[in-house]
Amino acid sequence: MRSNWFQRHSILPGFWPSLGSSMLYLSLVVLIPLSAIFLKSASMTWPRFRSAVTAPDVVASYKLTFGASLGAAVVNAVFGFLVAWVLARYRFPGKKLVDALVDLPFALPTAVAGIALTSLYSENGWIGRRLAVWGIRVAFTPLGVLVALIFIGLPFVVRSVQPVLEDVDRELEDAAASLGANRWQVFSRVIFPLVRPALLTGFAMAFARALGEYGSVVFISGNMPMRTQITPLLIVAKLEQYDYAGAAALAVVMLLASFVLLLFINILGAHGRKYMEAR
Amino acid sequence: MRFGAILLAVSVAFAGGTVRLLNVSYDPTRELYQNINAAFAKQWKAKTGADVVINQSHGGSGSQARAVIDGLQADVVTLALSYDIDAIAEKTGLLPKNWQSRLPDNSAPYTSTIVFLVRKGNPKRIRDWNDLVRPGISVITPNPKTSGGARWNYLAAWGYALRQNNNDQNKAKDFVGRVYKNVPVLDSGARGATTTFVQRGIGDVLLAWENEAYLALNELGKDKVEIVTPSVSILAEPPVAVVDKTAARHGTAAVAKAYVDFLYSPEGQEIEARSYYRPRSKEVAAKYDKQFPHLTLFTVDEVFGGWQDAQKTHFAEGGTFDKIYQPGR
Repeated sequence: MRSNWFQRHSILPGFWPSLGSSMLYLSLVVLIPLSAIFLKSASMTWPRFRSAVTAPDVVASYKLTFGASLGAAVVNAVFGFLVAWVLARYRFPGKKLVDALVDLPFALPTAVAGIALTSLYSENGWIGRRLAVWGIRVAFTPLGVLVALIFIGLPFVVRSVQPVLEDVDRELEDAAASLGANRWQVFSRVIFPLVRPALLTGFAMAFARALGEYGSVVFISGNMPMRTQITPLLIVAKLEQYDYAGAAALAVVMLLASFVLLLFINILGAHGRKYMEAR
Repeated sequence: MRFGAILLAVSVAFAGGTVRLLNVSYDPTRELYQNINAAFAKQWKAKTGADVVINQSHGGSGSQARAVIDGLQADVVTLALSYDIDAIAEKTGLLPKNWQSRLPDNSAPYTSTIVFLVRKGNPKRIRDWNDLVRPGISVITPNPKTSGGARWNYLAAWGYALRQNNNDQNKAKDFVGRVYKNVPVLDSGARGATTTFVQRGIGDVLLAWENEAYLALNELGKDKVEIVTPSVSILAEPPVAVVDKTAARHGTAAVAKAYVDFLYSPEGQEIEARSYYRPRSKEVAAKYDKQFPHLTLFTVDEVFGGWQDAQKTHFAEGGTFDKIYQPGR
């Protein structure tokens, strides 16, 4: 079984050249820069590495970075799905415009997004002023970080889910309905399982993107030690003091944690797909 | 970077009579060096008959230094603090470690200081550093860990407190801690802090370099904000240096040296004063006396034993700045 593993792909010609060039490309673009980070952090002794990655302000920043990224990805999974649903299922005037709007967070320089969001949500801002009446502060709190990460992550979910939703065979729904399924059952037992892998992919991408986000967050977070500093900011702070090894140490922790989480999400997605095929 | 170096070398070789210099500087010096470069090129042409073109690069002082360390081909560096040029010397050996003693006045041809920018009419009556620790005063200053310029702000407050308390370090630490308790936002850079204070209207007082406070004042108009000069502050000495080995390789050593010397010349000092940097020259300083209020100034060397020590004690991991925010450590 194991020995046939590679041959399974050989129906298409050109497997080895394409695998070879993919690996070369991945090495150049991803693996080599990442190994440089690992090498850099390897110049530290273990106790120094440990103290660098477990300092109280650093630990506080992990909680914020991973917590807010996860929160933003969850919010985007829900509302991104909704946006994708509307775009895939309905026709309405200005739809093309809305469709293009979704991609804007991709294109906008993140610093611009950060400054704009901060202007809106600070206590004197257009939205922040109204929220302040209710005692809700967004800018310069962890909530502000969440808002920025939701903004930059939205397109990932919409763009992964939308094409799959558009491809869902209407006949499946009609068949389900004719067999007596109500609307909710059609959605939850027919449509949703079909788009779940895509939703998970979008979720993972939004999450990963949020983990590494710097430009927009530093403006809205206020960068208060122990409260609103994200890990990428601490990496920059270490670079600012020429502590390259310390910066690399934090980067290694971020990389490993993100890698494990993304792997987990991908396995979850693969599992879901297998489950679907098995049915 | 390497490709850029080759490109630069080739362009120098083919430009014939034209010499090219790259001055790697920090953010708020754009206008200053525009004027300096034009004046210097004119003078150099008159003196030698050769054309000189000075290219500028601007950014945060620390990231500019890192760019030079990573290979940016700077002939001259003009940064915000000597710690950044020290790092270049130490990590690359492109210039000797004693670079700062090669030019007069700690290699800082112009200086500045840390002043307060307050709202028009100074409604909270902020006059001096001790007003910053009053309850209910909101102070805007960038994060000293990510902003080189903001380290001057921190050290200025510390130096003031030392003076008020017979050099008692614990009392100074307590005072600076109380200042930062009044800081609601720590922007990552000086520009961000100015935006917070000016555009978003957050805070009662912005700690700023004097020259940047003047720029903000001119930009916004005097009907919005005003400058308050405290009784005591730090002498900010933004240093300049020729990057010897890079300049030697480009064959620009002589013109680079003439360029930094020009910064000390009467003409250069005038231009610097017009950009609101305090000139070193007594004659030029006298001419611009009205522009620069008198106050007691102390240096990093006097009070903190130089930048290396200041950095270690205050801004490194576990330093005094970290302790402000980490109770019980």
